[in-house]
Amino acid sequence: MSDKKHFISIWFFIGVLLAVYGVLIFGAGVWELFNPTPSQVIMRHLHAGIWWGLLLAAIGAFYCVKFRPGKE
Amino acid sequence: MNIPYALCFLAAEPSRLLAMAPVDLAIVIIYFALVLAIGFYMKKYTQTGEQFFMAGREMSAWIAGLSFISANLGSLEMMGYAAGTYENGILVGHAYWIAAIPAILFLALVMLPFYYICKTHSVPGYVKLRYGEAARSLSAISFAVMTVLMSGINMYAMAVIMKVVLGWNIHFSIWVSSLTVAIYVAAGGLLSAIFNEVLQFFLIWLGCLIIPIVGLLETGGWEGMVARIAANFPGQDFTHMWRSTGTFDNPMGIRWEGIVFGWGLAISFGYWCTDFLIIQRVMAAKDLRSAKLGTIIGGFFKMIVPLIVILPGLLGRAVLPFELVSEPVAQQTGQHSYNEVLPLLLVRYCGPGLLGLGVTALIAGFMSGMAGNVSAFATVWTYDIYQPLIKKKASDAHYVRMGRWCAMLGVFASIGTAYLVMGFRSIIDYAQVVFVFFIVPMFGTVVLGMLWKRTTPAAGFWGLLAGILASFFLWLWVRLDPAAIQYVALSPDAKLGMADNIYRAMWTLIVNVVVTVVVSLFTKPKPAHELKGLVYGMTEIPSEGHFPLFQRPVFWAAAVGIGFVALNVIFW
Repeated sequence: MSDKKHFISIWFFIGVLLAVYGVLIFGAGVWELFNPTPSQVIMRHLHAGIWWGLLLAAIGAFYCVKFRPGKE
Repeated sequence: MNIPYALCFLAAEPSRLLAMAPVDLAIVIIYFALVLAIGFYMKKYTQTGEQFFMAGREMSAWIAGLSFISANLGSLEMMGYAAGTYENGILVGHAYWIAAIPAILFLALVMLPFYYICKTHSVPGYVKLRYGEAARSLSAISFAVMTVLMSGINMYAMAVIMKVVLGWNIHFSIWVSSLTVAIYVAAGGLLSAIFNEVLQFFLIWLGCLIIPIVGLLETGGWEGMVARIAANFPGQDFTHMWRSTGTFDNPMGIRWEGIVFGWGLAISFGYWCTDFLIIQRVMAAKDLRSAKLGTIIGGFFKMIVPLIVILPGLLGRAVLPFELVSEPVAQQTGQHSYNEVLPLLLVRYCGPGLLGLGVTALIAGFMSGMAGNVSAFATVWTYDIYQPLIKKKASDAHYVRMGRWCAMLGVFASIGTAYLVMGFRSIIDYAQVVFVFFIVPMFGTVVLGMLWKRTTPAAGFWGLLAGILASFFLWLWVRLDPAAIQYVALSPDAKLGMADNIYRAMWTLIVNVVVTVVVSLFTKPKPAHELKGLVYGMTEIPSEGHFPLFQRPVFWAAAVGIGFVALNVIFW
């Protein structure tokens, strides 16, 4: 795949973005868990922000490592 | 192909559905920063025409395929079709299955080899090689004008949505989003557009997927959702694809033959097989097999897009405690309209952080579509209008400079169109007709050129022109005399709007094909040696027989085809 040969892989950029988003969303979910505020969100007991944030962070970390610059 | 629904947004009254927390705003800002950074980073890798306009023709199948489907997911796809599903039920899902998958597989296996092997830069470029300058000029100028027009209309619609959903200033939304796209496309050309589209693909999926997951958990799965819809709206069928299409008595007012021949053949094959905006992405693949595989990968994801578009529309019917209404009624009564179904579900299920991701997904969708328009416009303008008609012989660097300026100017022209639309909303109606029905006759012209060597240059031009004129005539006829729908759609029970568009497409293709065939029989064909690489039987297509079965495009096309049939049977 030539996009690896010449420049930083797009998969690395995606990894960085998802990892950052994952941390932010996970953090917001944890904050909500300990500081619940009145909200119109349904199914809050699922704490979707926490597990979705973890999922994004995990996918992001995988892409960051696998497609990091300099790795053939 | 979401225009009829998407444009309903333009009638929306400003209000505000969502309130974003600081973390949501941070997520949106980070997204804008990253797409700009990618654009600037890619600039140094796009110095030649081949790099700038065709991304160096070195994309892998996955990158080409995800970009292909992301460019299609753009514009107002998600919110428009979610709204359409709330209104008409799962019938709207035909847009993702019969009105997409057969055409995508046909593109991959039959048409793409000709586009790729002749090494043209664009679809009008193929038309030039096959039919000559007159047909190319007609197709290129029409495409360029329509691209700018539709880009502007989509841009305005996006700004209206940002205002309705988030309360953002309409001018701020237009300028920030369009300048961002202009900068990253002008800097990095198609390469930058493709890379950002792959990024946007991930954001769209990860931002929207939370809605059906949590929604189905709330309703107790698919069966629970269907039961709730049946309880909320007794006597109406919102959850079957084909069962109600034996007559016009269904929410869309369309019968099965209109879905199959009008939507599934004329509109779908026209859009997927000849619209350069999306084909440009797979033409940038590193070899023909990657281009084919990329198209099939795009087809697979198209097939499952209903998860994040159609399912939320149905969930809206099942879980919202109030009924949504059409836009005109919403304006009069202050109720929520169909168009707000996706934002309403975002508010229902997404807390801080997730809300920002969902909004970013919507913005990413709009921007990927806009970037598709801009990069395709820059290529067609530079290679199919500027080079042949204005400056024939110039250096490669000159054409790259023209492409960069063109990306900027294309965006500014689109912004101008957006403001024009604000003043003259009837333009939307005309643009929709011209856009949708220009690509239908293009399909007949191109596919006959590829598969029948007898097709002549004169037939290519006159067939295309006749198709375009026929679509205008039929549209005008029904607008002047609404009762004429009984002739166009073959029944007085057909409804104006979606059904009207679909049947008109069917007639447009028939006129295009008949005129092309008849003119071909009475005019002189091109000599055989000029058809090499352009026509079936005159083109050597590389064999894939030496690859293992699971690496062959035809294997994966068959797998997608089986999935397509299975889905139609399951949701019959």
